[in-house]
Amino acid sequence: MWERTGGRLGKAYLVFVFFVLYAPILYLIAFSFNAGDTMYAWEGFSLDWYRELLNDERLLVIALNTLVIALASSILATVVGTAGALLIGMSEARRRRETLLLLNNVLLVSPDVQIGISFLLLFTLAGIALGEGSVLLAHVAFSVPIVVLMVLPQVEKMPKTLLDAAYDLGASHRDVLFRVILPYITPGILAGFFMALTYSFDDFAVTFFVTGGGFSTLPVEIYSRARRGVSLELNALSALLFLLSFAFAFGYYWIQRREMRPRSEARR
Amino acid sequence: MLGKIRILFWITYGVWLAAFVVLPILLVLYQSLHDVHGRWTLENFFRFFSPVYLRMAGDSLWYAFWITFLSLVVAYPAALALVRLASRDFWLVALILPSWVNLLLKAYAFLGILSEHGPVNALVSLVGLGPVPLLFTDLGFVLVSVYIFIPFMILPIFNAVRAIPAELIDAARDLGASPLQVVRRVIWPLSLPGVRAGVQATFIPALSLFMITRLIAGNRVITLGTAIEQHFLVTGDWGMGSAIAVVLLLLMSASVIFARRSFFAAPVGGE
Repeated sequence: MWERTGGRLGKAYLVFVFFVLYAPILYLIAFSFNAGDTMYAWEGFSLDWYRELLNDERLLVIALNTLVIALASSILATVVGTAGALLIGMSEARRRRETLLLLNNVLLVSPDVQIGISFLLLFTLAGIALGEGSVLLAHVAFSVPIVVLMVLPQVEKMPKTLLDAAYDLGASHRDVLFRVILPYITPGILAGFFMALTYSFDDFAVTFFVTGGGFSTLPVEIYSRARRGVSLELNALSALLFLLSFAFAFGYYWIQRREMRPRSEARR
Repeated sequence: MLGKIRILFWITYGVWLAAFVVLPILLVLYQSLHDVHGRWTLENFFRFFSPVYLRMAGDSLWYAFWITFLSLVVAYPAALALVRLASRDFWLVALILPSWVNLLLKAYAFLGILSEHGPVNALVSLVGLGPVPLLFTDLGFVLVSVYIFIPFMILPIFNAVRAIPAELIDAARDLGASPLQVVRRVIWPLSLPGVRAGVQATFIPALSLFMITRLIAGNRVITLGTAIEQHFLVTGDWGMGSAIAVVLLLLMSASVIFARRSFFAAPVGGE
């Protein structure tokens, strides 16, 4: 790297940015242990808000809903996205490839509000009732493109000779798909699944538009409660969700690391 | 290759593309050309060019500009400092991690932090400026939005700066460039693709963050996103909401094309 002058200044600045980024999160968690009920006056340590959270049946049901939607939509999105990645990655016509990739990325660059209202229009037109069904479909829909992008590099890395060899040895198309291609691209599929899981778990804006009155996910519920003002039960909930988010992030990081390792070893 | 199995891929992925990418865009276009009674009309677009909506669009662009600019100002030096660390990958993950925390929870945290008795106002009072209203103001909205976008700005810039060959910087130093000149003449131009990616990842979402405006700015700030939400969920004027969405769509396409063209292009070397 380049000259060292200013290195200390840079480090001090990084510490500052680091502090700024983490302060709100730590602040929120700290006050989840507050005995009082405001987010600015500390009145001693207590676990009351966690107790209240665990007794809040409505919230527990919503948490379960969120988890089920996330798992189900990620599995479906992984299947569709893997098909898409194979289609794009193995297509020989450059023009078609680029068109498909462009269409694939539309949902990734569109603002959430845009996606939310366009899906709302779609479901209304198609006569799909707003509720868990529409939320599930919407989550599958916006997770597919990210799965494609996670799997695609693996498909492109796959040597053509591998497939030729399998065919020469008499493998059927099915065998090639299930015993050669899918095992080869598994790291990408796992990474895609994990990303889809986080996307689904995190989404507020799209869900907000396509959910009816009776069905809710955690982000939507947090929004409606936060609009009513500060309640430290929300802080307790966020503390738990932070743990989960961090677990997701580390899970994803770990998969990426594992995926990187064989490649760098091969280079050596 | 893969023979008939490919047809299965086309069916699954093709249906998804048609139903959830192409059709929704067409539906928004269709809806924007209809009034509340379902009649074909251009009225919604004429209404958009009335002073009320133009002002709102102008405000929205203005806020998005400041949010993007301030995020860049905070993130750029951080990305530079990050590249020079020995354990930079670890610190990068540490800086990106907050972006994995749900946006609404982070916004909610600021309800406490920016409140009249919160820590920010305690600090401000310590300096003797007295409590400053932050919650339910446009300043609060910009602050929280910048906070949310910093990680999304750091990542692409970091990647671009990391890709700059160390030899280039050594050469500049050998030729007598000061550290400032190195940053201005070598690093900045070569990091522009990253800056462009970061700006793109910030600007358009900043136009549509309706939940932050609702939570932090009360109903004082109305962005394009807030207006769309309002028309769809409150007033029920889907045509007008869709017309604004079409404008947002056009802005988005323009920014993608704009960012690819020479506006930000590096004077030396290019991409």
